[in-house]
Amino acid sequence: MQYSTHDLNDTIVALATPTGIGAIGVIRLSGKDAITICNGVFRGKDLAQQDTHTIHFGTIRDREDRIVDEVLVSLFVGPKSYTGENVVEVSCHGSNYIIQQLIQLFVQEGARMAQPGEFTLRAFLNGRMDLSQAEAVADLIASSSASSHNLAMQQMRGGFSDEIQRLRQQLLDFASLIELELDFSEEDVEFADRTELKTLVKKIQTYIHALIQSFDLGNAIKHGINTVIAGRPNAGKSTLLNALLNEDRAIVSDIAGTTRDTIEEVLNIEGIQFRLIDTAGIREASDQIEAIGVEKTMEKISQSALLIYVFDVIQTQPEQVRQDLAKLVKPDMHLLVIANKMDLNPHTKFEHYFEVGSGKGEVGRRKAERGNHEEVAGSTDSDFPFPTSDFPLAISEAQWIPISALEKMNIGFLKEKLYQSVLTEQVQVDSTIVSNARHFEALKKASESLDDVLHAMDSGITSDFVAMDIRRALAFLGEITGEISTDDLLGNIFGKFCIGK
Amino acid sequence: MFPTYDVIVVGGGHAGCEAAVAAANMGSKVLLATMNMNTIAQMSCNPAMGGVAKGQIVREIDALGGYSGIVTDHTMVQFRMLNKSKGPAMWSPRAQSDRMLFAGKWREMLEAHPNVDFWQEMVNGIVVKDGRVCGVRTGIGLEIESKSVVLTNGTFLNGLIHIGDKNFGGGRAGERAATGITEQLLELGFESGRMKTGTPPRVDGRTLDWDRMETQPGDENPSKFSYTDTPKLNKQIPCHITYTSKEVHETLKTGFERSPLFNGRIRGLGPRYCPSIEDKIDRFSDRDRHQLFVEPEGWNTCEIYVNGFSSSLPEEVQYKALRQVVGFENMKMFRPGYAIEYDFFPPTQLKVNLETRLVKNLFFAGQINGTTGYEEAACQGLMAGINAHLSVNEEEPFVLKRSEAYIGVLIDDLVNKGTKEPYRMFTSRAEYRILLRQDNADLRLTPLAHKLGMQGLDERLQRVEEKQAAAKAIKKFFEETSISPDDVNGFLEEKGTAPLKQKVKMHGVLLRPQINLAELRQAVPTIEQYLSPVEQEYVDLAEINMKYEGYIRKEEEMVAKMNRLESVRLTENFDYQQLVSLSSEAREKLSQLKPRTIGQASRISGVSPADISVLLVHMGR
Repeated sequence: MQYSTHDLNDTIVALATPTGIGAIGVIRLSGKDAITICNGVFRGKDLAQQDTHTIHFGTIRDREDRIVDEVLVSLFVGPKSYTGENVVEVSCHGSNYIIQQLIQLFVQEGARMAQPGEFTLRAFLNGRMDLSQAEAVADLIASSSASSHNLAMQQMRGGFSDEIQRLRQQLLDFASLIELELDFSEEDVEFADRTELKTLVKKIQTYIHALIQSFDLGNAIKHGINTVIAGRPNAGKSTLLNALLNEDRAIVSDIAGTTRDTIEEVLNIEGIQFRLIDTAGIREASDQIEAIGVEKTMEKISQSALLIYVFDVIQTQPEQVRQDLAKLVKPDMHLLVIANKMDLNPHTKFEHYFEVGSGKGEVGRRKAERGNHEEVAGSTDSDFPFPTSDFPLAISEAQWIPISALEKMNIGFLKEKLYQSVLTEQVQVDSTIVSNARHFEALKKASESLDDVLHAMDSGITSDFVAMDIRRALAFLGEITGEISTDDLLGNIFGKFCIGK
Repeated sequence: MFPTYDVIVVGGGHAGCEAAVAAANMGSKVLLATMNMNTIAQMSCNPAMGGVAKGQIVREIDALGGYSGIVTDHTMVQFRMLNKSKGPAMWSPRAQSDRMLFAGKWREMLEAHPNVDFWQEMVNGIVVKDGRVCGVRTGIGLEIESKSVVLTNGTFLNGLIHIGDKNFGGGRAGERAATGITEQLLELGFESGRMKTGTPPRVDGRTLDWDRMETQPGDENPSKFSYTDTPKLNKQIPCHITYTSKEVHETLKTGFERSPLFNGRIRGLGPRYCPSIEDKIDRFSDRDRHQLFVEPEGWNTCEIYVNGFSSSLPEEVQYKALRQVVGFENMKMFRPGYAIEYDFFPPTQLKVNLETRLVKNLFFAGQINGTTGYEEAACQGLMAGINAHLSVNEEEPFVLKRSEAYIGVLIDDLVNKGTKEPYRMFTSRAEYRILLRQDNADLRLTPLAHKLGMQGLDERLQRVEEKQAAAKAIKKFFEETSISPDDVNGFLEEKGTAPLKQKVKMHGVLLRPQINLAELRQAVPTIEQYLSPVEQEYVDLAEINMKYEGYIRKEEEMVAKMNRLESVRLTENFDYQQLVSLSSEAREKLSQLKPRTIGQASRISGVSPADISVLLVHMGR
């Protein structure tokens, strides 16, 4: 999109709240004539005489002096405004008719309809935000859950760039040491201990890795997490879906194969959206329609990040569970295994579901987590056993959760597990989260360069090459904050070391 | 009395000499005007050429057809390849020169050039008509006509020498300052500044106790600077290393009150990386000793240069303190160290071809641009000489990219960022250090200079092509020839790396970090057999190309990325004032410096990444 400089001198107007009927609507004007234009139709105090960051009550009248609406006008005099220009925000009653009337009036007075993103573009061009902040604004506008709103807010306030800048500074200090060694090797300077340098790189790597991993979460928060509920026919998948959503969404019956389509529902837990996909049961399909359903199921599963596998503790044999999991679980997939219909047999011994006895099962014990399953499985006197190591990693690390979907037993615990499955160990809910693909790419490349740094140091490659990889990492991190050159190295050196013959 | 010259070079230091021969070898008629022909190519400070990053520059000068490398090779008393333990990008040639021979050889080479005339007198002004330079004016009132002028005045413009509380006008110890030029340039609208530099005492080598110092010999197998057939060094003089001590520092401190550096008499800013001894003691008080390099001044003199002891303290304080240094107990001094302040012209007033924006065909090179160092000066002289010739002939300027040469980095930094302290080259200033090596300066630059029409490069271009072809052939040999476990396993185990299980290509063995080609060829007769007729220089290039291929490629990718910004052209008459969204500083700087590309704009100090984004958005990118 290209804006000419002429365009940038215009005053622009647009509805700032969503279209549609609401209690109030806010119309925003930005540009050097924003206040004059509003003043032309506003009856109340003379806006041109008012201080910045003040709110004024009054009416807006059309050319025939008819009152269009009673409004509150918020004044922001540039440069202390969102766009850095004069900004007026008019809060009116939220009817489409009133809003249209007001915008038309402002246009008659000399404003121009804003193009998409133009307010933010102006803020960016006026130096009110950096590139990563501007990108966050776009996210903020599109955010549809509390978490994604927080994420975008955090990025917009500069939290993200600050973090990267902090990392970059640490790396720059490191680079300075290496550069010092390279440029002043002939002189009597002290060099930093290599192990310390390595520790520092590893520490930075940990940060970057956390940010990279948070990308999954960041993306999940932005777009919702694709979550597939799968299991054999009549394992209770649809009942579980209904229990989670608290409503009768899927067609529930006890005839196997009732659900023929995948059904998408959105479940919101603590601000994170789970796009729940109920699937047709996995079995050898007996009719054509069902075969299509099964195929669809497999496709859906392969696209999802989280798999909820449900089995019926009465009907399903341990061997069958193992077979299903081996078929369904893909690498990089979170897995929750749900033992359903616990109400029918509260004394189920999970040992039967695993080949316990090889001794390898002990390894899994450290992962044992009982949660609050006592209410259904209270008499289970041992911890959940865990699969042996010949299962794929995702299965051996899976959470096993006993529930009764029909009786809505242990559903709260399941929800908690769902929420936790999104948060990896490194990422705390309040910490910085990456949700932008450009940032993700840059972080990944920085991380690769840092891997090269460590690799080079380990294999005895000389420090000029190590320095090159550090510089690459610096450059990639700089891409996030929009910094182009990296030549503060020398300033860093001179401040700290006595050099020079 | 004089013809109309194509180029008049004012000043006969390192910048002036290179400017004169470069223009002359491009085909211009050149006049070198200097106050004293006996001080042509004086090494005013230490008697050494090269060093880290600087050695690379000398190699680049040589590759472009300049003479600094040749002169150094003919006159050195010691050669060391610094940083040999690091990667090839860091290998930096450095030589101790015989100061007198160095100056003599330069004068000899200049005098041998039919296109170079001399005039021995102070130039105190330039002649400007219609915004274009057309000659110089001398002290006795002569006007000499020319189509262009290169100013390389060094530390002479209103030079002021400080020793303790004494100060007097001078361009160098025992030589008078140059006056008139600064004042005239200011009238023409130039902006000037003041810088400071210093030099250590010279002492009598007959009075030093060498046994009490560490010896620093030259390389066993000394290399050289020039890609031409200059003589090899067979005899060398060592340098020595000694240290200051707490006592020395205490003595020096007694003179601080009378130090022009501390009592505010010196206003110019000196280089942080070449601090005086008093500065080091003051700023890094936690260190109880500093290293001193004791360097010979030549084959036939006992004069010694005390590198690391630059000072402007009163001479008796310098003397007393120096005699407390180990090995210097009976030292006799030839002359004290001093500081010198001089005028410079912030180089942001120059275009990328080193021509001033204000006066057409007027070029600046060397310390007048705020740099320090012979090598930095010499390479600017070379580029100014070439560009003066091109400008007179109305040809496109010759500009080196940051990815092509340290010279490119230096000039790009100067004209875009300017400098507040004397600018010295470091390898860290170059983004693409691995590409800018001392071993490949000829490959990078000789073809460019040859294409430009620089004389005397035909044979050298041939050699460049031969070198490239040889390196390619060696690489092919390594990639295609197999080596069996029996032939090499003994050697591999000795080097602590895994033995081979089956036949592999030699290339794979060479790539192991523990293996270098010099040892490998000794261990494997087939390799030695193949390489023995090949020149070592070619073998070295082949080894670097093979062993560091991955790194070289990575850096080339970064260059390609930068070149995308470099390829976005900005027109010279673009009106930045109308772009209200630029910061006011950026608007001012961009209007003033008129960058040729977005890449260049991004390196201008005061232009922020946000400003660059604004430009890119404006240009619809």
